Amino acid sequence: MAAVIGQPLKRREDPRLITGSATYTDDVRLPGMLQAAFVRSPHAPARIRSVDASAARALPGVVGIFTHEDLADFWKAPLPCAWGAYPLLKNPAHWPLAKGVARHVGDPVAIVVADSRAAVHDAIQQVRVDYEPLPAVVDLDAAVAPGSPRVHEDLADNISFTFDHKTDGVDAAFARADHVVRRRLRQQRLVPNAIEPRAVVADYRRADGQLTVWAATQIPHLLKIFSSGLLGLPEQRVRVIAPEVGGGFGSKLQVYPEDIATMAAAIHLGRPVRWTMDRREEFTSTHHGREGVMDVEAAFTRGGEMTAMRVNWLSDMGAYNMLNGPFVPILGFLVLPGPYRNRELEAHIKGVFTNKTPTDAYRGAGRPEATYLLERLMDLAAAELGLDPVDVRRRNLIRHDEIPFTTATGMTYDAGDYHATLDLALKAIDYAGLRREQASRRQAGGKLLGVGFSTYVEACGLAPSRATSSSAYGAHLYESALVRVQQSGAVTVITGSSPHGQGHETTLSQIVADRMGIPVDSVEVLHGDTQNTPIGLGTYGSRSLVVGGQAVVQACTRVQDKMRLIAAHKLECRPEDVAFGDGRLFVQGAPTRGVAFAEIAATANLGSHAGMPEGMEPGLEATAYFSPENFSFPAGTHVCVAEVDPETGRVRIRRYLAVDDVGVVVNPLIAEGQVHGGVVQAIAQALFEDLPYDADGQPLGASLMEYAVPTSMDVPDIESAFFVTPSPSNAIGAKGIGETGTIAGTPAVVNAVIDALAHLGVRDIDMPLTPPRVWRAIREAGTGGSSRPFAESGEGGRSA
Amino acid sequence: MIPPAFEYVRAASVDEALAHLAKYGDDARLLAGGHSLLPLMRLRLAAPRVLVDIGRIRELAYVRAEGGELAIGALTTHHAVEQAAAVATAARALADAASVLGDPQVRNRGTIGGELAHADPAADYGAVVLALGGTVTAAGRGGRRTVAIDDWVRGPFTTALQPGEILLEYRAPAAAAREGSVYRKFARRASDYGMVGVAVRLGLGADGRCTSARIALSCVSDQPVRAQAAEAALAGRAPEGDAVREAAAVVLQGVRVADDPFCPADYRTHLAQVETARAIAEAAARARAA
Repeated sequence: MAAVIGQPLKRREDPRLITGSATYTDDVRLPGMLQAAFVRSPHAPARIRSVDASAARALPGVVGIFTHEDLADFWKAPLPCAWGAYPLLKNPAHWPLAKGVARHVGDPVAIVVADSRAAVHDAIQQVRVDYEPLPAVVDLDAAVAPGSPRVHEDLADNISFTFDHKTDGVDAAFARADHVVRRRLRQQRLVPNAIEPRAVVADYRRADGQLTVWAATQIPHLLKIFSSGLLGLPEQRVRVIAPEVGGGFGSKLQVYPEDIATMAAAIHLGRPVRWTMDRREEFTSTHHGREGVMDVEAAFTRGGEMTAMRVNWLSDMGAYNMLNGPFVPILGFLVLPGPYRNRELEAHIKGVFTNKTPTDAYRGAGRPEATYLLERLMDLAAAELGLDPVDVRRRNLIRHDEIPFTTATGMTYDAGDYHATLDLALKAIDYAGLRREQASRRQAGGKLLGVGFSTYVEACGLAPSRATSSSAYGAHLYESALVRVQQSGAVTVITGSSPHGQGHETTLSQIVADRMGIPVDSVEVLHGDTQNTPIGLGTYGSRSLVVGGQAVVQACTRVQDKMRLIAAHKLECRPEDVAFGDGRLFVQGAPTRGVAFAEIAATANLGSHAGMPEGMEPGLEATAYFSPENFSFPAGTHVCVAEVDPETGRVRIRRYLAVDDVGVVVNPLIAEGQVHGGVVQAIAQALFEDLPYDADGQPLGASLMEYAVPTSMDVPDIESAFFVTPSPSNAIGAKGIGETGTIAGTPAVVNAVIDALAHLGVRDIDMPLTPPRVWRAIREAGTGGSSRPFAESGEGGRSA
Repeated sequence: MIPPAFEYVRAASVDEALAHLAKYGDDARLLAGGHSLLPLMRLRLAAPRVLVDIGRIRELAYVRAEGGELAIGALTTHHAVEQAAAVATAARALADAASVLGDPQVRNRGTIGGELAHADPAADYGAVVLALGGTVTAAGRGGRRTVAIDDWVRGPFTTALQPGEILLEYRAPAAAAREGSVYRKFARRASDYGMVGVAVRLGLGADGRCTSARIALSCVSDQPVRAQAAEAALAGRAPEGDAVREAAAVVLQGVRVADDPFCPADYRTHLAQVETARAIAEAAARARAA
């Protein structure tokens, strides 16, 4: 039988998704179901003086209108933050509906329930809320300045948390440095924009107190656990089902106010309630990603070797700490050393409250920010030292023979060859030829050419328990699987992870088919229902294959061990001599001595048990949990070749090449799809997307008309190549593929644009690099206006 | 994104539609392709009580070359405009605009009449029809009347169309020999409204000098604008070198240029100049080949 691992099988999920016959949360129909919608604050922030729902209540079809006070008896605790145990975190209460003060545009103030979507949308317009607008906290520097208005009046300032880290040799390294690069780098605010809007259906059965919830979520088990806790329901009386989920990018790794409010309304009314978000609500009410300011300085030798780095990072939490919001920059911190040898690092991270939509994980979650900082630094150092950016990277990249390598943040890189991916990329793009073309174009006038690199390493496989527990994170991030061999030899795999577009059903089937020597089509993969899946932590952080896949392998192994015992009994051989292949179990070295896989399955299930070893339990089923010992470390080199029209500032990406070492690739078709999608989102951050706020806390351009998610017409063909060093963290050898694109891609694109303009003196352009910004940077470069002072990191609060 | 309730009536003919408009008055809005009105209703920025659907009046969907003029019925979709051979030869700039307007779904549903009647300052046809010249015909209870294209748009989202009237047709003078037109749109993304749209119609004499020049821009102000100073700069000159530079430099003379966070006015002004120069060069190349 041909190897199943590495086959580019088409996704078995796709026929039902493409033909529209799949069931999403919004497709769920229950008898007597009501529709919910939310009255949201148009201000940021505002005191809620009063809510007058009388006119709305009088409209036909309106069943109920509830504020925080109306439902306060239903929620027993505020919304969760998984980093709540971190001693330096301040975690003000975040209730499902605003209590007294609405803190950002879009903060839910009341839930309205009616018998149709039309009725409920008419009704929310008629709810009269008397707001007293308050001064808004918007800018991060201003938010941490003394005397700033406070987002949470019961806190002394707007600092959500501080995190400090310093290695022993930082100051000495700076004192010795030949050259110090200093910059302020910005991460703009991004809106995740999964194609399926968030949705929840809550059905409460008064007869026995059973709450069943359908939700567009990445974390059905966590949502169940938190819902039962927040609503004070027995855990065994809450069931969460994630049906088809249309993308998340981290935005559905959350316990949202609307989830809990919809459940409370359903319990209160004793009728099923559905809430489906409008696309416009995505822009103010689904958590955002990225926004932050990083002041960085890095010590270099004349030859381009980085000897120390200092970072002051203000990370925008928005108005509240969400489930993982404060932990996002910490995840970035973990990979701040990147693939480079420098072990001297000083980092000070502040989470900052502002009157904006809360932020949390967005594809990459902290690691894109860290990688952007580091890869921009490499190019800046090259420019300031008069070196080639590739040479600077070569000088600093950890060599293959230095691995395992432990970094300044305690990560131990366990597999990888960073120079090899760079070599592959350089060869593929003809780097010398591009530099010649760049020079001749600069002579000729017209469009300019730039080449941008990003040599990256990131940490996936979230997460080793020793890492989560040492950082006060509130959960083990293990994963689970159940493998069951049925009577006919068909195999059911039930994963605790929860796909929302990743193709788990196909990939996990390939793993099981490979190990059991059976056809891929005889394996089914189930997921997403807390009633019949083992407890799992969900799908995010590129963990479903690396952590979830390993759980499948372990469950598989247990079932196979039992099948070996039965086969050995039948074949009169030693169990350790039994092998799997071609739908059979056979004696290794004597393949004609064998028995059909299906026969063992029948024997263990509905057979008479004749042929079972004496005293063995019937059934072929095992559940396994896997908690990884180490992260996995995808790494590689992305190269972007960009053309810039200096007259208009328009950037066109001519070529984009991703060379990724994501370990063993189970399904190259799916893996390439992940690279393509991730790189498009990276290009989106680099060139297109931004949700700025004005000084009053109003978002500017909060719709798909203005927020420029790129279309297929705006992105180049993406070339993807894989280089394989197997990860030792799991038996599959996989490292994770879901986030490499956004982590590696953004700086590659920005570096390419700035490289094209380097001869003009352009060194920085804030993202996104839109035509007006590129044009302005060119214009100002002539007058020396593009460099910014390094904001001195200053005073106390640091630990050594 | 759910519109408030409304009544819906479908008109089978222009007369029937006029009768509905007369009956419902200000409560009624015409629905053609629906690609401007329905989004406004879904955002509850528009709440007409009655929609009079004229989308199936087939007699208003046509493209005809008639005696030196190109006539386009109001219900002709953008896709049909883009595809029509008569448009390609007689008014190429219209086909340029139709091919970059919205996305394929919008082009399959949206109509030229809807776009001209809606008069969005960022709409692509706004610049094109000003550069091409010609007339718009409307029908009311009192009969038909024709409005010169320069008098059509009266302000943002405002035209010469009177309450109770229906736009029937746009009519452009067809391109003669050594005449060419072009529309260039500069947008952030495919399917976006433009940051700048420039339409140029040029006629060249045997000596290569401009015998006629009309230039207009969309997306730059609160309504489409004719660039008469730029036209004057080209008059009687070959469209190259200094003439083009001088025309481009004055293309937004006297215009209050739109300013927004994503496209500041100084950039938009510069972009309009760059795009004008490029559009003039392209129109000239087309004129030489015509």
